[in-house]
Amino acid sequence: MRLEYFQMLDELEALNLDEPSIVVRSRVPDESTVFEGHFPGHPLVPGVLLAETMAQASGYLLLALDGCKRMVFLAKLKEANFRNFVPPGTEMTVEARRIHDGSGYAVMQASITSGSKKLADAQLTFRIVPFANDELKAHVEREAARLGFLPSNSAQ
Amino acid sequence: MSSTFDTVADIIANASDVERDSITPDSHIINDLEIDSLAFLDIAFEIDQAFKIQIPVEKWMEEINQGNVSTDEYFLLKNLCARIDQLADATAA
Repeated sequence: MRLEYFQMLDELEALNLDEPSIVVRSRVPDESTVFEGHFPGHPLVPGVLLAETMAQASGYLLLALDGCKRMVFLAKLKEANFRNFVPPGTEMTVEARRIHDGSGYAVMQASITSGSKKLADAQLTFRIVPFANDELKAHVEREAARLGFLPSNSAQ
Repeated sequence: MSSTFDTVADIIANASDVERDSITPDSHIINDLEIDSLAFLDIAFEIDQAFKIQIPVEKWMEEINQGNVSTDEYFLLKNLCARIDQLADATAA
């Protein structure tokens, strides 16, 4: 996890395109400029970045299902719960599953845990649209490769 | 259709600021009820779930954007309900 670069995920643990669901690991860094402001003397991962973490795991699942043909954008966060503080060094498991496959959109349920402790959960809605340009598509594909999974069409 | 209309009108009222009593079969979702695209995502989700269908929103928008059909075809409530009934029948068949 590199908070400053919005790299919220470290490594794919499981990808199930039938269910469909994804499990990704992420470790909160020991140090980050984010903690200088949030908060001095009491460093915590901001809730909005935990939401972004769930959005990225959900997004990569949708990208994998679609063979990275289109981009996904977070449109709505519903019933978001931040259940425990997340300090530096926390080992996180991020899980997401698709609960509805709409036309041009998808609804996901995601959660973050650390061991048996629940950290956050939410329902997320994404718009699914064409990539704005090749640069964005290349970036997303590089990130998917860094995380350790191949889009479904690349695996053929 | 009347049952479909009631369900859809309830969904719209719950997902927006529109008063349930102001929604009629002749209401246009965009022009009259002023439902924005985000609220429509919610409404599409609830309709998909309620009727166990997938409203082909992308196909409809493509047809509208290409000028092949007017928005009335899909977003006038009585027309939307008729489409939902067709989709539900096709799914059940």
